[in-house]
Amino acid sequence: MIALLAKRLVVVTGKGGVGKTTVAAALGLLAARMGKRTVVAEVSEQERLAALFGRRPIGHDEVRLAPNLHGVSIDPLRAKEEWLRHQLRSSTLAGLLGQSRIFQYLTAAAPGVDELVTIGKVWDLAQLERHVGGTRAYDLAIVDAPSTGHGIALLRAPRTYASIARVGPIGRQATRIHDFLSNPHATGVVAVALPEEMPVNETIELGERLREDMGMEIDAIVVNAVYPERFETSEAERIAALDGRVSEAAREALEVALSEFRRARGQRAEIARLRRAADAPVSTLPFLFEPELGMREVERLSRELERKL
Amino acid sequence: MIDGWLKRKEVCICAGAGGVGKTTTAAAIALGMAARGGNVAVLTIDPARRLADALGLAELGNEERRVPADVPGELWAMTLDAKRTFDELIEWHAPDDATRDAVLGNRIYQELSNAVAGSQEYMAMEKLHELHLEGRYDLLVLDTPPTRNALDFLDAPKKLAAFIDSRSLQFFTAPGLLGLKVLGRGTSVAFSVMKRATGIDLLQDLSEFFRTFGGMTGGFRERAERVNALLRDSRSAFVLVSSPRRDAIDEAAFFHHRLREADLPFAGVVANRVRPGVPGGDVAGEIEGLMDEALARKVLRTVDEERALAERDRRNLSELRRRLGRRPLIEVPQLDQDVHDLEGLRRMAEHLFAARA
Repeated sequence: MIALLAKRLVVVTGKGGVGKTTVAAALGLLAARMGKRTVVAEVSEQERLAALFGRRPIGHDEVRLAPNLHGVSIDPLRAKEEWLRHQLRSSTLAGLLGQSRIFQYLTAAAPGVDELVTIGKVWDLAQLERHVGGTRAYDLAIVDAPSTGHGIALLRAPRTYASIARVGPIGRQATRIHDFLSNPHATGVVAVALPEEMPVNETIELGERLREDMGMEIDAIVVNAVYPERFETSEAERIAALDGRVSEAAREALEVALSEFRRARGQRAEIARLRRAADAPVSTLPFLFEPELGMREVERLSRELERKL
Repeated sequence: MIDGWLKRKEVCICAGAGGVGKTTTAAAIALGMAARGGNVAVLTIDPARRLADALGLAELGNEERRVPADVPGELWAMTLDAKRTFDELIEWHAPDDATRDAVLGNRIYQELSNAVAGSQEYMAMEKLHELHLEGRYDLLVLDTPPTRNALDFLDAPKKLAAFIDSRSLQFFTAPGLLGLKVLGRGTSVAFSVMKRATGIDLLQDLSEFFRTFGGMTGGFRERAERVNALLRDSRSAFVLVSSPRRDAIDEAAFFHHRLREADLPFAGVVANRVRPGVPGGDVAGEIEGLMDEALARKVLRTVDEERALAERDRRNLSELRRRLGRRPLIEVPQLDQDVHDLEGLRRMAEHLFAARA
């Protein structure tokens, strides 16, 4: 845990719908509590972080979410402008080029440019010397990355552009970003999973692809939404044996309990399988029965992470 | 029910947020249609090979494979190899072998076609178009990638064509970069600033890259238009996949809005993993009489929690129904086990195809 949050950048990724934003926010709160000036960056423009903290959309400018905790939702267009300004060391020239039809056409259509400037912005958030004027440095940046395939594409964009450009300013910058991402002292990876067959498979595969494509290792796996182990097998057997001797309503209630028992058992098997297959340590977060998650639940999960990671 | 949505359709596109069960829904639709005698292919673009899991197949290549399902029709499946599809596309468009080899051997082409985000989207639409042209299937079911922005993949073919085609092409292919000055003052200023941002070498390499594409650009533009036409055609149907979770229904409502805006043929919404209702009556007394107090308390607590979650699902789904207007919605209940084999898909298909109550 200490080792993970001592890095400059933590990338949170995993299959769609597993709760990456929630885990990224909980990690952010934890780091902030430890006294680190922390920023959580969203890259999908979905403003899920804002929803979680019960506030209006955050947008591209960093805002304070809690003591020591800041949030940003990266807009690739704005990130591209910032990159140009930095590269040209001139707002005037950046404006001129940004408005040039040829440049717009080329960068809007070229595959991977949005990913490159987005990860470039994430990289900037993690630097002690920031490029973007009027911004302060953070102790830790956490990025709520896209799901597996697109998450890897995002991380890979600098390497791709470093190979495309070879020399020159784009090549240099892309190489610096790639070196930062693949340096285990600077960048850590948290994979979020659910205790189900397909998310577990995807997590195992994610580890392999990160290693092959990026030379990166997963530092920690967080299995989210794990059901409590409420019933012993013997209890479930006793409940099952009651079938036929009870009213219809009670039978349905018993079936709900048995169904939860089966789900919890299935989940434990998947967690065990993940532990066997993965090199990184696996921690779990409890399923929260609150109908909607908010700041309080994020706080609770951050305490769980503090104990378990 | 869903067979009604797909009557006389040749293309079914399953769209939705990540993690809502798009892949399994697409596979279950394909299996159900094959069970009704159709010759159906399901095409997934997801890099994590989830369809392979769902179909119990270890490997899926860039070619369709027959799935050993015991159905009257035929079920075929493939996962897309974006790189290979891109190469095939170049081979198809290249006017001669020399152009083909020049493009395939170009360094920038290799980098872009191999690794770059978004190429999956580009190529999925291409493959869909190609399979539709071949006409070997009654129905193609497409499982779309979890794009950053809702329906980004719809613009993919157009974007690719714009990149390869484009005015920038003329800019880059002018006889030698130094010749650019003759193109006029505006271009020359833009060029010199651009050179400062990117470096001269990259511009030269790009120029070389675009030059290799030479006469192929028209073909790409035309093809993008045909893909677009196919998506808008009445033979296509968009199925939005969602779940009763708040973020998923927000996204489904947003997708629905975008589809209508873009005038695309929207069929309906499939809501997966809906928790079944929990008995509302007071069973505490009876349960307590059946077992020891501690166990009864645990059972009752579980029932209360599940009831609260089922009620949340109800609330979220009525909100989604309200936002969809009169568009149909199919609910698939949460199953005890993950759907990861043909048997699971069959159970899911039962719900999707069940006649309307």
